[in-house]
Amino acid sequence: MTGVAGRLRAAAAGVRLWWTPARLREEGETPDYRFSLANERTFLAWLRTALALVGGGFAVAQFLPDLHRGPRVALAVLLLAVGALCALRAVDHWARCERAMRRGEDLPVSRFPAVLALAIGAVAAVMVIAVAAGWADR
Amino acid sequence: MKRPGQPAVRDPGLQPERTRLAWRRTTLACAVVAVLAERPALYGTLYGRGSAPRIAAAVLVALALAGFLWVAHGRIRALAAPRPPVLRPRTAAAAVGCAVALAVFGVALVR
Repeated sequence: MTGVAGRLRAAAAGVRLWWTPARLREEGETPDYRFSLANERTFLAWLRTALALVGGGFAVAQFLPDLHRGPRVALAVLLLAVGALCALRAVDHWARCERAMRRGEDLPVSRFPAVLALAIGAVAAVMVIAVAAGWADR
Repeated sequence: MKRPGQPAVRDPGLQPERTRLAWRRTTLACAVVAVLAERPALYGTLYGRGSAPRIAAAVLVALALAGFLWVAHGRIRALAAPRPPVLRPRTAAAAVGCAVALAVFGVALVR
């Protein structure tokens, strides 16, 4: 129980961190500006990944008219949802990295990249099987 | 900022330039997504039959793209300095908000 409550509290503190630059600036020392810029570029790379997933969702919805409605909508919504999650996680990770650099701590580690890679691999494998087996044909 | 008659302090790793180009790439990615979202609004393949929801969808997508371009442009200008200031959390959250808004429109509009 305390684990869940503690996680929720940590998440709320993280969200507050996005909106209050003063809070971020209060902690620790300003790192070398080049490290902050590198963190910013990593954030932007994740944001582009998120946008690519969102764009993939729009593309699936529009450009697969031969696919049945059910799988088409499911795949499009899945891609859009993962894209939104990826974008939100990008800003959260950026803020936590910035704070860790200011405090001189190790950078936060995350399972998210591995989970995302496995999910995309799984979707790709299902699509290969679907095309090979002719499920997409009407 | 560079002043006339004073040599500019150049970062040997071109970090501000690289970061500026990363923002530019991201605006291009956002523009592609916005075009993919505008297409069904203009041709009416996804958004129902009435014209009012289609126009509303087209305007909202355009606003999301405009918001992202505005945020990115402000940051790109700030990065023109030899020692640019740290990205503000609000700017990062606003950019992410535009991307999430596009995803939410997509979920609302898929049929």
